[in-house]
Amino acid sequence: MKRLFKPGLLIPIAIIIVLAIWPLLSGNSASSREAMFTLIMSMALASSLNIILGYTGYVSFGHIVFFGIGGYAGFWAITVLGWHILPAALLGGLIAALIAWLLGLAVLRLRGAYFALATIGILEAMKALVVNLDFLGGPVGMEMHFSEYKRYGGPMQSLWMIYWSMVILAIIVVVVSYFIKTSKFGLGLMAIREDEDAAEVMGVITPRAKTWAYVLSAVFPGIIGVLFFFKNGNIEPGDAFRLHFSIEWIVMIMLGGAGTVLGPIFGGGVYQWLRKTLLTSPLFKNYQLVVAGVMLLLIVLFVPTGVIGWLRARSAKLRRIFE
Amino acid sequence: MGDVLFTSAIDGLLIGVIYGLAAMGLTLIFGVMDVINLAHGPLIALGMFGVYLLFTFLGLNPFLAVAIVAVIGLLLGVVIYFIAVNRVIDAPPLSSLLSTFSVNMIIIGIGTAMLSTSSYNVDYSMGTMDLGFFRAPGARIAASLVALLTTALLYIFLYRTRPGKYIRAVANNRISAELMGIPSTRILALAFGVGVMLATVAGGLIATILPINILAGGSYELKSFVIVVLGGLGNPLGALLGGLILGLIEGIVPVFMKTTWVPVIEYVLFVLILLVRPQGILGAKE
Repeated sequence: MKRLFKPGLLIPIAIIIVLAIWPLLSGNSASSREAMFTLIMSMALASSLNIILGYTGYVSFGHIVFFGIGGYAGFWAITVLGWHILPAALLGGLIAALIAWLLGLAVLRLRGAYFALATIGILEAMKALVVNLDFLGGPVGMEMHFSEYKRYGGPMQSLWMIYWSMVILAIIVVVVSYFIKTSKFGLGLMAIREDEDAAEVMGVITPRAKTWAYVLSAVFPGIIGVLFFFKNGNIEPGDAFRLHFSIEWIVMIMLGGAGTVLGPIFGGGVYQWLRKTLLTSPLFKNYQLVVAGVMLLLIVLFVPTGVIGWLRARSAKLRRIFE
Repeated sequence: MGDVLFTSAIDGLLIGVIYGLAAMGLTLIFGVMDVINLAHGPLIALGMFGVYLLFTFLGLNPFLAVAIVAVIGLLLGVVIYFIAVNRVIDAPPLSSLLSTFSVNMIIIGIGTAMLSTSSYNVDYSMGTMDLGFFRAPGARIAASLVALLTTALLYIFLYRTRPGKYIRAVANNRISAELMGIPSTRILALAFGVGVMLATVAGGLIATILPINILAGGSYELKSFVIVVLGGLGNPLGALLGGLILGLIEGIVPVFMKTTWVPVIEYVLFVLILLVRPQGILGAKE
């Protein structure tokens, strides 16, 4: 229990809660709810990816594959089997975890650039496969009938329900991320990141630890995929398996600091806020991708540890506060 | 049936040579400096638009335009190396993946803002070549021949000239090469430039035969990944072989099943090769 009341855990949770109740306080609650949904979703996705990328050092470039797989599984359960959204979301997470486990047994043997390439290959293979599966709607995907929302008391109520589910999920992700970071399991992962062979010699059962990290980092994107596409009302292969999105998660992690609990929260928030600002500014509207690219380049070249990592390296006091 | 199969196979091989050329650029860079250039696709697209602009506004012959694009590509590659790659050359793979990807974002961002994502066409025809048993558009055959010629020149460069030998020495062992007095940073920049040049030339050749848009490079980048892994990462000749195999798959598979299954087969093959034989068919660099 003592581990629960550390600033390293409380700060990220406090940030999420403050952002989450913002739409209730501000006047225009529908539009600020949408903005906060994107923000909190990005934080949760980046934090999940951080488990395999930041702690374990395996660059899962095509990580969005689990978001897509979960989304498709859940969407299918809702529209074809008539499930309630919550069990469908859990199903999405479960299927994503199962597939991560099976894939992990194979691809986690690869290291460095080979692993990164393999995850891109898996993503593209999955996308091409779904395009060919008629029961998932093929290239046009699936749509949900509007009347589906009646079950939850109308579209307004369902949107709020999805919103609060997302908030709770994001907090769960942070707690999981924090407990991994401060546990012996997490220490094993970080040992793998620094030197896998040495970690193995020191008694870390590396295949098992890596597989668990991969599965844990896949569960949440799977669940989030279901929530996201339920809110969207439709799902198609181009949206569910877009390589560009998972690279955005990596940018968020790098911005905040890979391998820290707070980093992805900070990075996800700042990245989405910046993107929104750029998209609405007349000067940068057409060049938001360029600005994001320049920003990423500067971070990678000059602050490779990210903002939180940089702050942690400055002083021991900050190291105790930021985990 | 036999006829259709034969024609499709030749068609596939013709485009496969160009795929191979594009992939050679990726594999050369990886072989020399262990960097996977994620700006590969946009650089292919820049090659396409280089040829398009030179052809449309200056009225140059597209194949002459390809030669000019090659020079620009070489210079651009050297510039990109010093801006984005040199600082992270010894960092973990994530750094160079991200720094080259940021170059990708910058090129695509500027490209879409200036050219939009709509489709362009190099309106150039060389008639149809008829060899009796086989007919194909002349431009397509010419493009494949240029790709083969470029491959031959690359080999002459790498094996018969001093800078080419330096590149191979640095690829083999950078520290020893430095001890032998080879200026490794300049050679790495040159190798990156040559890799980018190959990508832009491949893009330029594609522009002479197919419609283009600024995002089109992305699909060729993915194809290059598949090819590079098929042929062995870091092995240029393997890339040519991989390109031919991929072209053959794309030519023949649609005869038997829906075209949409082609990418499934390609990427599953890609992941399987990575798992079972990561050194590729011809073997990766040591």
